[in-house]
Amino acid sequence: MAANIGILRRPVSTAGVWGWITTVDHKRIGILYGVTAFVFFLIGGIEALLMRVQLAQPDSEFVDAGTFNALFTMHGTTMVFMVVMPAGAAFFNFLVPLMIGARDVAFPRLNALSYWLFLFGAILMNFSFFKAAFPDVGWFGYAPLTTTPYTLSSSTDYWVLGLQVMGIGTTAAGFNFVITILNLRAPGMTLMRMPLFTWMTLIVSFLIIFAFPPLTIALTLLLFDRFFGTNFFDTVGAGADPLLWQHLFWIFGHPEVYILILPAMGIVSDILPTFSRKPLFGYTTVVFAGAVIAFLGFGVWAHHMFTTGLGAWATAAFAGATMAIGVPTGVKIFNWLATLWGGSLQFKTPLLFALGFISMFMLGGLSGVMHAAVPVDTQQQDTYFIVAHFHYVLFGGSIFGLTAGIYYWFPKMTGRMLSERLGKVHFWVMLIGFNMAFMPMHVLGVLGMPRRIYTYSADQNWAGLNLFVSVGAFVIAVSILLLIINVLRSVRKGEKAGMNPWAASTLEWAIPSPPPHYNFAVIPTVRSLHPLWDEEANAVEPPPLPAHGEPHMPSPSYWPIVVAFGVTMVCGGLLIWQASTWLGLAVIAVSGFIGMRGVYGWVFEPVAAEEHAEHAEHPERAPAHHA
Amino acid sequence: MQYVTGIDDHRTSTGLDNRKLLMWAFLGSDVMFFGTLIGTHLIYRNRSLSGPQEEILSIPITTVSTFVLLMSSLAMVLALAAIQRGNMGGFRFWTVVVAVFGSIFIGFQMFEFAEFAHLGLTPRTNLFGSTFLVMTGFHGAHVTVGILWMWSLVFASFKGKIHQGNALQVEIAGLYWHFVDIVWIVIFGVVYLIGAYGAENRALESVEHAARAASLI
Ligand code: HEM
Ligand SMILES: [Cu+2]
Repeated sequence: MAANIGILRRPVSTAGVWGWITTVDHKRIGILYGVTAFVFFLIGGIEALLMRVQLAQPDSEFVDAGTFNALFTMHGTTMVFMVVMPAGAAFFNFLVPLMIGARDVAFPRLNALSYWLFLFGAILMNFSFFKAAFPDVGWFGYAPLTTTPYTLSSSTDYWVLGLQVMGIGTTAAGFNFVITILNLRAPGMTLMRMPLFTWMTLIVSFLIIFAFPPLTIALTLLLFDRFFGTNFFDTVGAGADPLLWQHLFWIFGHPEVYILILPAMGIVSDILPTFSRKPLFGYTTVVFAGAVIAFLGFGVWAHHMFTTGLGAWATAAFAGATMAIGVPTGVKIFNWLATLWGGSLQFKTPLLFALGFISMFMLGGLSGVMHAAVPVDTQQQDTYFIVAHFHYVLFGGSIFGLTAGIYYWFPKMTGRMLSERLGKVHFWVMLIGFNMAFMPMHVLGVLGMPRRIYTYSADQNWAGLNLFVSVGAFVIAVSILLLIINVLRSVRKGEKAGMNPWAASTLEWAIPSPPPHYNFAVIPTVRSLHPLWDEEANAVEPPPLPAHGEPHMPSPSYWPIVVAFGVTMVCGGLLIWQASTWLGLAVIAVSGFIGMRGVYGWVFEPVAAEEHAEHAEHPERAPAHHA
Repeated sequence: MQYVTGIDDHRTSTGLDNRKLLMWAFLGSDVMFFGTLIGTHLIYRNRSLSGPQEEILSIPITTVSTFVLLMSSLAMVLALAAIQRGNMGGFRFWTVVVAVFGSIFIGFQMFEFAEFAHLGLTPRTNLFGSTFLVMTGFHGAHVTVGILWMWSLVFASFKGKIHQGNALQVEIAGLYWHFVDIVWIVIFGVVYLIGAYGAENRALESVEHAARAASLI
C-alpha cells in the first residue's frame, strides 16, 4: 500500500522550504497564515496611507478619482479577507489543537489546502494590478455596478475569482475546525471546559460554513452574468432586481463581521483571567452570548439596506433585531469588566491590548447601536460616520484583540518573549494614533463628508480635521513599525519563555514552547476549566515520552498545494479565456487535469510515507484522520 | 491535571467518525447553497420580461425522472445494507443501479434542457431561464459527482479497497446521495408543481378574461 502513490512520492522531510510547502502540521500552517496576513496588513495599510495622503488636503491631486476607488476597494477587501480572517485562522490553527489536547486538526491535509487556496486567491486578486487595474467597485462589489456594462475592465473578474478561491479555502477550514473541536477533544475536555477562544473558534466555524455559501452563489451568479451573459443582475434589459446582490451579499456580510470579531473576543476572554488572576466571570454566559450573537447575526442583514426603501415593516423588524443583538454583546462587555473587578491586575502588554480592545470596541459598538435607529442611519449612511464606526469595531476591535493575542501567545509560538518595554510603547502609540485617525471621522461624518470621495474643496471646512486624521494614520504606521522591530529582535534575542510564562491556566501552556510537532507527549486528561490552576503541581514538567517513542504524525504531502494550484489556475484560465479563447481553454483543461490528478493522488495517498511503512499498514491507528 | 499513557488516539469525542461528521457539516452548508439558488429563483418568479416561463415545465416527464431518482435512493439503501452484511455482489449490483438511475435522471435533464433551448429558453433568455437553469444545473452537477462516486466505489471494491470493514465509506456516499435526492424533491415541489400550477392558473385567468371580454362585445 505504501509503495505506489503515483508520480509524487509522499515526502518525509520537514526541513527547508519544501518542508513548509508540504507541511500538514497545524502549528506551521498557523504560522504561514499569520505571516501572510501580516504581509497583507502592510499592503492594505499602505493603501490606507495613500488614501490619507490624498485626503489630507482639499483639492489634492496626489491620486485621481479612479485610483482612489481602486485604493479603497483593495484596502477594504484586503483588510477583511486577507488580514483579519487569516489572522484569525492563524490563531485557530496554532492554538485550537493545543487547547483541546489534540495532536493536530481532524483533516491535516485539508487544512494545508485551505491555506494554499487563501494564498493563491489573494495573489490572483492582487495580480489584477499587473494585468488590468485594481478592482474599483468597493469591498462589497454591488451589482449591477459590477456587471459588464458598468465595469469595462477585467479588474472585477479578478475580484470575483480571487474572492471565490479564497472563499473555498475558508469554507474548508470552517469544516475542519467544526470537526476538530467536536471530535478531537482530550478525555475529560467537555464542551463546557473548553477555553473561550476554542468556543469562539467553533462558533466562527459554524458561521463560516453557513454564511459563505450565499456569497459563493452570489459571486457565481455574477460570474455567469459577466462571462456567459445570464441575467441575474441585468436590471435594464431583463428586469432584474437591483437589490438582489445587496440581499445575498449582506446575508453573508453581517455574519462575516462576527467572523471578524468573535476570534478577538475569544482571545480577550482568555487573556483577562490570566492577568487578573481569577477565572472569567460568568463563563457560561459568555459562551452563550457568543452563540446568541452568531444566531441573531443571520437575521439582521438588512440594516445595511435601510436607505434602499424596503418598506416600513421590514425596516422596523431589522432595526429591532439589530438592537437586540446589542444585548448579548453588552453582556460580554460586562462579563469582561467583572472579570477585571477585584482581580490582582498585572499590566503586561497583552492585558493592555485587551483593555484597548474592550474600550475601543465598545465605542464602535455604541455607534453601531446608533445606526440601528433607522432615522439616524438615514443621515449617517455613506458618510464618514460609518467609516468611523467600522474602524472602531474592525481596528479597535479585531486588530487590537489580535495584537493582544500576538503578545500573549508569541512566547508559545517561538519560545521567546517579546519585549515588554517596546510592547507598551507600541500599545500607547497605536492607541493614540488610532483615536487621532478615527475619532474625528465621527465629526466629519456628521458634518456631511461622504464616504468614498476622493477629494473635497476648501470651502467645505473639512480640511483641518482631515489633516489631523491623516497624521493619526501615520502615527498608527509608526506603531506597526515598533511591532515589527519587536518581533524581529525577539525571535532571535528575546528572553527564553519557558512553558508557561504568564502562569496561565489552559492546556497549551502545559507543553514546551515552541511545542514539539506532536504537541503532547502524552494526551492529558482534563478535570476542570482551568487545568493548570487547579492542579498546578502536576503542570510543572511535561511528562516524558512514553517508552514506544514519539507519537506518529501524518507525513507531509504535496497534494494540497497541487490541488490549490489547479483550482486557482482554472480561474486564471477563465481570465485568459476572455482575451484568447483557445489559450484560455487550454489553460483550463491543463489546470483542471492537475487539480483532478491532485485529488486522486490525495485520496490514495497513505497516511505516512514509506519510512513509516509499518505504520502505514495500520492507517486506522493514525493519530489524526486523514482527508 | 493528570497524564495518562497509552491513550487510544483513534477515539473521537462524539463517538462519530470524523469523515461522517464532515459529511453532515458539508450537507448543512450545502443547504445554504441550494437555499440561495432556490430563493433567488422564487424571488424572480413571474418577473421575466419576455420569453417562455413556468408554463413550459413538463410535470408528467419530470414526475417520471423524479421517480427514477427516488428509486435510486432505495437502491442506495440496499447497497449499504448489502455491504454491511458482507454481501459484495449485492453491494456492487445495487451501487451500479444507483449510478444507472442517476444517469437516467441526468439524461432526462439533458433532454429537458435541450427541449427548452428548442422552445427558445436558454440561460440568457430571461430571468426565468437564468435562475431555473443555473439552479437545476447545479443540482445536476451534484448528481453527476454522485454518479462518479458510485462508480469509484464499485471499482475500489474490486481492488479490495471497499469491503465490509469500511462500509462507512458507502454510508457517507449514501448520505450525500440521499441529500441530493431530497433537494430534488424540494425543487420538484417548489419549482415544478407550484410553478406550473401558478402558470396554469394564470393561463386560465387569461382565458376567462378573454371570454369575459368576448361576452361583453
Ligand atoms: C492603518 C489603519 C487604517 C486606516 C488609516 C484606514 C483608512 C481607511 C480609509 C481612508 C478608507 C476609505 C473611506 C472612504 O473613502 O470611504 C477605509 C475604508 C475601509 N477600511 Fe480602513 N483603514 C485602516 C485600517 C483598516 C482595518 C484594520 C480594516 C479591517 C479590518 C479596515 C477596513 C476597511 C473597510 C472594510 C473599508 C471600506 C472599503 C470600501 O468602502 O469598500 N481598515 N479605510
Ligand atoms: Cu451588519
